[in-house]
Amino acid sequence: MHMHKYEKIWLFFGIGSLFVFLAVLGVGAFAQGSQPPSCLTTIDPEKVDQTPPFDQPGLVKTGDNEYQLNIVASAFAYIPNQVEIPKGAKVTINVATKDVIHGFEIAGTNVNMMVEPGYVSSYTQTFDKVGEYVVLCNEYCGAGHHLMTAKVKVVEQ
Amino acid sequence: MMNGTWKVDARDGKLAMAHIYVAFVALALGGLAGLLQVLVRSGKFELPAGISYYTILTTHGVLLGLVLTTFFIIGFQFAAVSRTAGTLSDRVRFWGWVGFWLMTIGTAITAFYILIGEASVLYTFYAPLQAHAGFYIGLTLVVVGSWISGFAMFAHYAKWKKAHPGQVSPLLTFMSVVNMILWLICSLGVAATVLFQLIPWSLGYVDRINVLVSRTLFWYFGHPLVYFWLLPAYMIWYAIIPKIIGGKMFSDSLARMSFILFLIFSIPVGFHHQLVEPGIDPAWKYLQVVLTFMVVIPSLMTAFSMFATFEMYGRSKGATGLFGWLRKLPWGDARFFAPFIGMLFFIPAGAGGLVNASHQLNQVVHNTIWVTGHFHLTLATTVVLTFFGAAYWLIPHLTGRVMTKAMNRLAIIQTIVWSIGMIFMSSAMHFAGLLGAPRRSAFSTYGDAPQALEWIPYQIAQAVGGTILFIGIILVLIIVTNLAFFAPKGETEFPVAEVAEQAERTPLVFENWKLWIGIAVVLILIAYTVPFIDMIQNAPPGSKGFKLW
Repeated sequence: MHMHKYEKIWLFFGIGSLFVFLAVLGVGAFAQGSQPPSCLTTIDPEKVDQTPPFDQPGLVKTGDNEYQLNIVASAFAYIPNQVEIPKGAKVTINVATKDVIHGFEIAGTNVNMMVEPGYVSSYTQTFDKVGEYVVLCNEYCGAGHHLMTAKVKVVEQ
Repeated sequence: MMNGTWKVDARDGKLAMAHIYVAFVALALGGLAGLLQVLVRSGKFELPAGISYYTILTTHGVLLGLVLTTFFIIGFQFAAVSRTAGTLSDRVRFWGWVGFWLMTIGTAITAFYILIGEASVLYTFYAPLQAHAGFYIGLTLVVVGSWISGFAMFAHYAKWKKAHPGQVSPLLTFMSVVNMILWLICSLGVAATVLFQLIPWSLGYVDRINVLVSRTLFWYFGHPLVYFWLLPAYMIWYAIIPKIIGGKMFSDSLARMSFILFLIFSIPVGFHHQLVEPGIDPAWKYLQVVLTFMVVIPSLMTAFSMFATFEMYGRSKGATGLFGWLRKLPWGDARFFAPFIGMLFFIPAGAGGLVNASHQLNQVVHNTIWVTGHFHLTLATTVVLTFFGAAYWLIPHLTGRVMTKAMNRLAIIQTIVWSIGMIFMSSAMHFAGLLGAPRRSAFSTYGDAPQALEWIPYQIAQAVGGTILFIGIILVLIIVTNLAFFAPKGETEFPVAEVAEQAERTPLVFENWKLWIGIAVVLILIAYTVPFIDMIQNAPPGSKGFKLW
């Protein structure tokens, strides 16, 4: 099919930059390991309180400057709802829900994931900046959705 | 000229108008809900009488996202196929009315359960939140009604093809057929989750639901849905706007090719709504990200075609210089001005869309109010302003009236009011979203968290913008009421563009439906089969229903 010369040029650069962009995303994902949270672990949503590590939610030191933060979400609260993290710590955050779908967002960071009944959501984040961060549910979960919140404090070691 | 192609038959016009009335009633009610939402979120206002923010939010989403769009689109397309492929047969029109009544009754049932507070689950369902079964049944009727109308359009197209063997079908009819095929294929997903999961579960026939499967089926539908909204706007841009400005269409074949590309690449893309969800392997997410971005290609083609049409027209009127042709465009004609402003808004809207669908960037904005800002540019500006622009000739054409100069001036003002309101509201939403403010949430300071307090000025800006937009809704309702009932009697043209002389003949390959639907199905199977089997094989225990509102 005939195309105007200018249209060919336009599409060549348009589609060209599209593929460059997709390549950047692909290299980021597969070569540098920057993938969105996609944990495949399943859990019985009615037995979250009995299933480790969620039977003892909270921050656990797992190595030199490495931590696990295990959080139980339910309408309309996170347990624990106050956490102190030493600055520079690499924290793997695991969240599970006992009832409906929730969100888990630490505003001002890249931590942002869906929490769905039956699955563990997991993401690893290094906290480099001291401060107080608000954790909030960003997925509609019912009448108290906007009251579902917690606090993360990053403190000097 | 051919029989009946210049004026839409009065009986077909009645069918189209019935749809359009429902669409604008939905705009009025849904717009009011939107106004209440921005006021609540400013923190300065509380809903009276214990009405829940989330009931209002569900109303807004269902009325504007589903009812306004679907009714306007089907009404417009019935008019377009009648105009370009000839008056509908009695049987096609009969089924069109069956579709209309099913959709209307379904909407009424759904609205009833939302308003009595039995279905505050938002229009994206959110199982295991469990609405009253009537909510799901009502929505099923809406979808089934739209299918019946789609098949009525297919039958009309088939009859035209039979009467014109070896000929290329009229462009607007072709485009309507593509859009209804797209709608049919994608709505199978939502039908599957509603019929096989949500209804049996809400009626208590089954105890538990597989949440991830339900969400995946919903988003298999949820993104193509936005192209179902967008393609009628593209129809108006490609096939109608050139005639309104007095020019010719740049190329018929390229228009058809971009529609076929949309048909192929619109559907296997739902995972980009699920990028931060557990239970889906990131490699499959990335594959769907790549497929998502393929729709950039037909959008680039459309942008080129539109501006080529405008430039060719301006130069034919003697414009010189690089941008001299801009001055020749009919800025004072609302039928052109409203959709043109819609096109301009599509530039930032598209750029924001690239961010949303990006494998990693999504995490920054997912479920923040940035996303709400995004689709208030795409749907609530680009698409809606184009629909308003179309209403300004379609309604008087169908009701045998003419738009007065005063109404045209009001429509220009309406477009400007809309743009100003949207710039306030959408920009504030984008900025607040980048700071982390969530979408779909009532006003909250999250225990007076300093970060949340920073969002409040943006939320006030949203309320200002939203209020201006509500004024825009009142203006368009005045214009539409005038055009439907009070404007002077007369003849208004249903503009349909002709192709430029230098454009070549359109090949018939674009109507090889087996080929295109075949490719679409293959891509869907590639993108979904393995992850879907995975979800079912590794399924966690299902969820019981919850009613937490």
